[in-house]
Amino acid sequence: MKTDDLISALSTDLEPAPKHAVGLRLLLALTIGIAVSFVAMWQWLGPRPDMVPAMATTMFWMKLAYALSIAAFGFGLIDRLARPGGQGGVWRTLLFLPLLFMIAMALYRYVQAPPERHVAMLLGNSWTVCARNIVLLSLPVFAALFWSLRDLAPTRLTAAGATAGVLAGAVGTFIYAFHCTESAAPFVAIWYTLGMAAMGVLGAVLGRFLLRW
Amino acid sequence: MVRSLAGDGAAYAALLRRLQTHLRAYYLRRLGRPADAEDLLQETLIAMHTRRATYDPSRPFTAWVHAIARYKLIDYFRRTRRQAEEPLDDPDILFGSEDADAAEAHLDVERLLHRLPAKTRKLIRDVKIDGLSTAEAAAKHGLSESAVKVNVHRGLKSLAGQVGDDT
Repeated sequence: MKTDDLISALSTDLEPAPKHAVGLRLLLALTIGIAVSFVAMWQWLGPRPDMVPAMATTMFWMKLAYALSIAAFGFGLIDRLARPGGQGGVWRTLLFLPLLFMIAMALYRYVQAPPERHVAMLLGNSWTVCARNIVLLSLPVFAALFWSLRDLAPTRLTAAGATAGVLAGAVGTFIYAFHCTESAAPFVAIWYTLGMAAMGVLGAVLGRFLLRW
Repeated sequence: MVRSLAGDGAAYAALLRRLQTHLRAYYLRRLGRPADAEDLLQETLIAMHTRRATYDPSRPFTAWVHAIARYKLIDYFRRTRRQAEEPLDDPDILFGSEDADAAEAHLDVERLLHRLPAKTRKLIRDVKIDGLSTAEAAAKHGLSESAVKVNVHRGLKSLAGQVGDDT
């Protein structure tokens, strides 16, 4: 086919491109992923039995805020990286702020606590399953995000994949926090973070192969 | 591009025609094979078309096009790994423009000439660069023709020696 013919073919009956298409596409994927993950959490793990009293504690909201802030900054970053030539800019830095805050809080609580409570603060009752459950609950979101990114145009595949992974991990963490009864900041700083980081690594590795266009 | 996104087909066609010239040159310079460059050009135009909604009008359009063109080039090298090293090893691909060659050669010559005494420098410039005949140069500088020849010869010889030292 001649290039001139191609240009004619592409430009006839040109339909207007939807505005804010990238953000909407990603939001659609997120919504679907969240719905599936939330139902999975409810059916498979169930919400924490002490939900109502827990809602009066700071840590319940801290866990949600931690996951939500990472998810929000991750969304800002992926919205940039889903476009050709997109640079992370300020979003990449913002993404690490919640982590730093959580580490600082965990260290503070750890140092303040009596030594006999230290092991419990680090391991809780569920350290063997926490990160794994977060990863499993993240997978629907992860799949939905990758599916939408394939229709967009990331040019830095590893970075875009890693960001999609962290974003999915943060959403998974948010949902998992409705089940998890742990309330020690060091536990959250270690095992929640580990779950999200694992998703980030998974995204970075798969991004190079699955996000090509 | 903004008008194209709004659905203006004529503006879009004009835009693509202008882009195809740039893109063809871009790929041709990096691949050297016209058929492959044309394939890649078409692939890039189609990719731009299907993903045109990813262009953010608040950012530079050229950066968007360049990122797509570059991505498609890297993708091409990834698919055909054998050729990937070939163009990169050849510095002519990177600095292939004749403008750049001429400009750099000019700079080199000027730098070398400045190592010579002023009189010799002027003579060499007149005879070897500006193309005066020996007689014209001799008349211009009030020298005999043989003095001009000797000076130019010595100057060039000294330059040749210095260039040899440098390398």
